[in-house]
Amino acid sequence: MNAAAGRKNSWQFKLALLLALLLALPMAQAEYGDVVLNRYAEKEGMRPVVFPHWFHRTRFRCKVCHQELGFKMRAGSNDVKMSDIIDGKFCGMCHNNEIAWGPDNCDLCHSGKQGLSSGIYGGDRTNGPGRW
Amino acid sequence: MRAFISQANEDGRLRLRILLSLLLLSASLYAGAGEWLPLDNDGVHDPSSPAVKRLMEPRDGLSGLAPDDVGNQVRWPQALDQGQINPRTNLLPETKVEVLDKDILLDLYGSMPIVRFPHRIHTLWLNCNNCHEHLFKSKTGATDISMLNILDGEQCGLCHGAVAFPLSKCDRCHSVSRNIPKVKSGGAGEIKETGK
Repeated sequence: MNAAAGRKNSWQFKLALLLALLLALPMAQAEYGDVVLNRYAEKEGMRPVVFPHWFHRTRFRCKVCHQELGFKMRAGSNDVKMSDIIDGKFCGMCHNNEIAWGPDNCDLCHSGKQGLSSGIYGGDRTNGPGRW
Repeated sequence: MRAFISQANEDGRLRLRILLSLLLLSASLYAGAGEWLPLDNDGVHDPSSPAVKRLMEPRDGLSGLAPDDVGNQVRWPQALDQGQINPRTNLLPETKVEVLDKDILLDLYGSMPIVRFPHRIHTLWLNCNNCHEHLFKSKTGATDISMLNILDGEQCGLCHGAVAFPLSKCDRCHSVSRNIPKVKSGGAGEIKETGK
């Protein structure tokens, strides 16, 4: 029985070792905090959207988007539709050709690789909030 | 028999140590990344997208700011405090912009150094209701905060590990020695309130 338990431990250890080595591979690319939005984009024939947190936070404090614009702070929890943006909601509060480029500049936001799933990228160890 | 079990436990501990060392090693490999990736090779942008030639490169936007060895390689609070960036606080004139200068001590009875949570820098970036009351109750001590939750992306981990400095920087939060007498006695966690 002890031998069996030992084997089981050893198997678990190998799995953990493998996970640790996988973690060591540089798979977390992107810039820290980049968010990919692809709930609708690819289904509608567009590239996924890449939202760079780093750029936006040099110009706006978190509270502007996460309070005034109403973006919830968990990637994937916001149902952002192009029609809302054109109506001046979410991104459209700034991306209106006044504060920033308008929604007619499709390619500037829809610039992501095909096939990326929505979520936060470039995480440092975490692959998004809390997905270790 | 007892010796055998104790030997097994020893092996287990050794394995755990090796595993933890490997995890730390992989963490340090990430931490040492050192350079900003160009947009056309960052793994998320489509290199054939017209945007990669027009958007600002992270290196151009970030290399002049207070340096860090993790995350965006920018110490964002310093960049803000030193005026290297001056991000807008609001779009709407009627928005009330609040800053609270009050530190909270957390984790008063653990084994790591005590956590000092500075409201000031958090409220310079964030609004009160980004964290209160759904993540943390306003009353000091009323919220059970655990490292397990944080590592799972809840509580502090909603931002730290995603957009704010990562959880590998233990001592940025666990920063107060347990050996100061006032803290040894435990009690309320508020240590400073200059208010605003």
